[in-house]
Amino acid sequence: MSRFLHIARRDVRLAFRQGIGGLMAVMFFVLAVVLFPFGVGPEVNMLARISAGVIWVAALLASMLSLEQLFQADFEDGSLELLALTPMPLEVVVLAKVTAHWLTTGLPLIAAAPLLAVLLHMNTEGFTVLIVALALGTPSLSLIGAVGAALILGSRRGGVLLSLLILPLFIPVLIFGVGAVDAALAGFTVRPQLFVLGAFFLAALSLCPWAAAAALRQALE
Amino acid sequence: MIQRFANPNRFMRLSAAVVPWMAGATVILGAAGLYLGLFQAPADYQQGESVRIMYVHVPAAWMALFCYTSMAAASATALIWKHPLADLAARSTAPIGICFTFLALITGSLWGKPMWGTWWVWDARLTSVLVLFFLYLGYMALVNAFDDPARGAKAAAVLALVGFVNVPIIKFSVDWWNSLHQPASVLKLGGPSIHPSMLAPLLLMALAFTTYYFWVLLVRLRAEILSTKIRAVRLRQVHG
Amino acid sequence: MDRGVSESVSAFLDMGGYAAFVWPSYAITALVLVGMLVASLRWLRSTEAALAALKAERGAKGGAGEAAGEA
Repeated sequence: MSRFLHIARRDVRLAFRQGIGGLMAVMFFVLAVVLFPFGVGPEVNMLARISAGVIWVAALLASMLSLEQLFQADFEDGSLELLALTPMPLEVVVLAKVTAHWLTTGLPLIAAAPLLAVLLHMNTEGFTVLIVALALGTPSLSLIGAVGAALILGSRRGGVLLSLLILPLFIPVLIFGVGAVDAALAGFTVRPQLFVLGAFFLAALSLCPWAAAAALRQALE
Repeated sequence: MIQRFANPNRFMRLSAAVVPWMAGATVILGAAGLYLGLFQAPADYQQGESVRIMYVHVPAAWMALFCYTSMAAASATALIWKHPLADLAARSTAPIGICFTFLALITGSLWGKPMWGTWWVWDARLTSVLVLFFLYLGYMALVNAFDDPARGAKAAAVLALVGFVNVPIIKFSVDWWNSLHQPASVLKLGGPSIHPSMLAPLLLMALAFTTYYFWVLLVRLRAEILSTKIRAVRLRQVHG
Repeated sequence: MDRGVSESVSAFLDMGGYAAFVWPSYAITALVLVGMLVASLRWLRSTEAALAALKAERGAKGGAGEAAGEA
C-alpha cells in the first residue's frame, strides 16, 4: 500500500513539475469544446442539444492525450524494469500509475466540465449528472487507456497507434455517459445509466490492471 | 529448437493434404449456394429481389464475428500454452476477418440504399460491425508496429483478448443507444421465421465462407511458417 | 422460344429493378475474396521460391553446415 502511494505521489508530483504542461489535457479539452460553436454556429438550441455529446467526446480525446506517456518515460529510462523486480505485483504499479493519471487528467476535466456546459448553454438540470457521470466514466477511460499505453511500448508511431487501439473501446463509456446527461435533461431517471457506468468502472478496475500488467511483462521481456 | 520446429513440420504435411479439400469444398458449396440463392430462392414479398443481397451480407457478418472469435481463441492459446502455431494463426486470421467485416459493411450499405433510402443508417447491427472493423484495424496496426515480429504478436494477442471481452459490451451499448434513437430496424433477419427456401442458400453460403476461411488461413499459415524458416536460415548465415 | 429465353435472362439480370444493388454486392464480394486468395497464394509461392533458393545456395556450399544447423 505504501509503495502504491509512493508511485502515485511521485507521478502526480512529476506532472505538476511540468507546470503548464501538466494542464495540457484540460487546455485541449476546453479548446476542443470551444471549437464547436464556431463549427455548428452559436444558436442556443443547437448548442444545448449537442452539449452533452460534445463535452464527452472532447473528454475522451483529452484523457487519451497524456496516456501515451503513462509508461513511456519509465520504460525508456529503465525504472519500469526496476519496478518489475520489486516484490510488489505489476498490477499494483499499474493501478498506482492509473490513479495518478486520473488525478492529473480526469479530475481537472471534471472540474472544467461545468464551465464548458455553461458555454454550450446546457440546461442546469444536467450539471450534477454530467459531473457524476464524468466522475464514474473517466476512471474507466484511464484504466482502459493503461492497457493500450502498455501495449504500444517500444512500437513505432506510438501516439496514433494508441488512439486506434483504445478509442473503439471507449465507445460504451461514451454512450452511457452521454445517455445519462441526456436523460437528466429530458427529465427521465438517470439511475440505470449511472449504474451501467459504475458497472463498467468495476469491470475495468478488475480486468484492466491485469491486462496492462501482462502487456508490460511482454514489453520488458 | 526441436520443439519449435516439430509442430510446424507436421503442420506443413497435414496442411498440404487438407488445402485441396478446402478449396474443393469452397467451390462446390459456393456454387450450390449461389445457384439456390440466385435462381431457386423466392423474392421477398416486401423487399423483392434485393433480398438476395442477404446471401452474401449475412454470411459475411457471421464470418466477421467468427474470425474475431477464432483470433481471440488462438491468442489465448498463444498466451497460455505458448503454442508456436497459435500466434501465427491469430495473425493470419486478422486480414481474412477484416475482409469479411468490410464486405458486411459494403453489402449492408448496398442493401440499405433501396430499403432505407440512404447508404448508411446508424442501425445497431451495422454500427456494431463498424466498431468491429475498427477493432480489426487496431489489431493489424499493432501486429505490424514492432521491429521484432514476436513482440508484435504477443502485444496483439493481449489486444485481441481485451477486444473480445469488449465485443459483447460494445454490442450491448450500441443496442441500447440505438433503441433510444431509432425504434425499429427495417431489416429483421436471422429470426426463426425465415423460410427454408431462403435458409438453405444462406447456410450453404455460410459454409462456403467458412471453408474459404480455412483454405486461405492454411495458405497464409504455410507462408508464415516458411517466412519464419527463411528468417532463421538467414540469421544462421549471418552468425554462422 | 429464343425471345422467351432472352427475356428471362434480362429479367434475371434486372433483379426486379434492384440490379444496381444486387450485382455490385456479389461483384465486390467475389472481388475481395478472390483478391485475398490470390494475394495469399502468391505470397506462399514467393516464400517457397525464396526458401528453395536459400537451400540451393546452402547445398552449393556443402551439406555439413545443414546437418549442424538443423540440430
